[in-house]
Amino acid sequence: MSFTQQEPTVRSRWWLYGLLTAALAAVMAPFIWMVLGSFKSNAELRQAPPTWWPEEASFNNYIELFSRLNFGQFFFNSTAVAVVVTAGNLIFCSMVGYALAMLDFRGKNVLFALIMGTLMIPGVVTFVPLFVLVANAGLVNTLPGLMLPFLVAPFGVFLMRQFMIGLPKDLLDAARVDGAGELRIFFRVFLPLCGPALATLGILTFLGSWNNFLWPLVVAQTEDTYTLPVALALYSTGQNATQYGLLLAGATTVVLPVLLVFMVFQRRFIQGIATTGMK
Amino acid sequence: MASATTTPRRRSTDRRRGETGDPEQKGRGLRRGGKSHTVGRRREERAAWILALPFLVLFLTFTAWPVIQSTFMSLTDTQARDLRTPFAVDFVGLDNFSQALADPIFRQAAFNTAYFVLVGVPLTLTMALAAALALDKGIGKFRSFFRLGFYTPVVTSIVAVAVVWRFLLHPDAGLVNTVIGWVGVDGPNWLGSTTWAMPSLIAMASWRNFGTAMIIFLAGLQSVPWSLHEAAAIDGANAVQRFRHITLPLLKPTILFVSVTTAIGYLQFFEEPFVMTDGGPLNSTISASMYTFQQFSFGNYGYAAALSYLIFVVIVIVTAIQFRVLRERD
Repeated sequence: MSFTQQEPTVRSRWWLYGLLTAALAAVMAPFIWMVLGSFKSNAELRQAPPTWWPEEASFNNYIELFSRLNFGQFFFNSTAVAVVVTAGNLIFCSMVGYALAMLDFRGKNVLFALIMGTLMIPGVVTFVPLFVLVANAGLVNTLPGLMLPFLVAPFGVFLMRQFMIGLPKDLLDAARVDGAGELRIFFRVFLPLCGPALATLGILTFLGSWNNFLWPLVVAQTEDTYTLPVALALYSTGQNATQYGLLLAGATTVVLPVLLVFMVFQRRFIQGIATTGMK
Repeated sequence: MASATTTPRRRSTDRRRGETGDPEQKGRGLRRGGKSHTVGRRREERAAWILALPFLVLFLTFTAWPVIQSTFMSLTDTQARDLRTPFAVDFVGLDNFSQALADPIFRQAAFNTAYFVLVGVPLTLTMALAAALALDKGIGKFRSFFRLGFYTPVVTSIVAVAVVWRFLLHPDAGLVNTVIGWVGVDGPNWLGSTTWAMPSLIAMASWRNFGTAMIIFLAGLQSVPWSLHEAAAIDGANAVQRFRHITLPLLKPTILFVSVTTAIGYLQFFEEPFVMTDGGPLNSTISASMYTFQQFSFGNYGYAAALSYLIFVVIVIVTAIQFRVLRERD
């Protein structure tokens, strides 16, 4: 949506820069303090007033996190779940999105209405019966139990359909004239054109999975299946509640990978939010 | 949504697809006739269902079925021990719902949730709108730098930032009380006080979430034509007047949209009290979602299902309002 209106010459106001910089400092301060704090000792973290720079920076918290506590395992679990969930959404949602955008079939309007109607169903509504279902399938406390319910999402279908509806339909007709099969047309002609939409969906899904909390909290019951947020939440409210250094190192371990991904792909994120209005 | 409306009309030579290329249009003409057409049509239909099949199976199993099942379960006294026989439980009608409405802790949780939404949404939106206005027309340089910075908290795990904020709000060793101590204010024990715990959670949620609303506002501000501002400025309107009478009315649909999506998220707030306060002190921060989860972990599945159903009903009402609002926008 680009207006060809004349952009005014913006009079940059110095006080506004000052205000924005102060706001930015307030927004970023918790993260900076978190990272710096993760190198501090417990004793230093208890000091009043608090220190900003670590007096004696050390990696002890991280060493303990990955040796005594099982954070290597949790990191692996979080990554495995997020990768599989993202792959599932990319493949399955783009398949339906294509069918809805390009093909003609009976039941299409019903399917689309179903997807739109469930776009907003929150996890808190379904987790009890979902748990019963997953428990009866013997998947409680397993990684598949963490992955399966999230392999597809109506939001992904909506996003892919919205993108593909803008692709030229002539391609479909041309490929048909050339004798290509319907599925082949999707995989070889259209899917390669969906790069930008796939990137947006992939990033948003990965992020959602990485930060997901309620369902892993319900399903993961021992350390072999904890994801990072579950482990961090349970440690911070349980026996390690006073291990401040450990908790900050844990929080950094959860946040930092996502921040790096975000910095690399930030344009896609912001586009995704702006076009769908959802995160 | 924008991408769909700005797409140039496809000029298909194939009459089969109709003139507009709009896939939602019903009763599209299939005028080519002949056998080859029917075969092609059948092939297209089969391909569509093959493509939709994996999604449908997963979606019906893990979303649609639990939604239906939760209706059933909320009308029963299902307990954890009934896990293997989900249908061999007693039907109790609306007992769970009347129990919920009489349950003092759930009433407290509902009140807390309303408090969180009614204060949190306006606060988040105000912060977002202020940031968006400042970035849209206020400054020329570093716009994307600030935008990136303000959006950063949105991508981070609520659990992780809640852990960090618990330290920041520590009464003695916390950064917040240290900073306000510089101006001579003696900060309270934020999370340990029935008065201040909830405002603390709201402040954290607004800090984390205003970036999303800001991005949507920035997109919305693109549709406010600058010529209107110029004309008003020539007529002597100052910045505040122009904001009130030009920007705000034109931004109204965006504001409504953002407040509804934010409200839907805030209605389910869970991680913040779970990590920061455990619902305390004296249940002053327990949320509807958190109480539902607690009842679930006590094994009261039927009751938990009823509670989550109540949350769902509120969300549906809010969503219905959103769809109305969106329709008015078109």
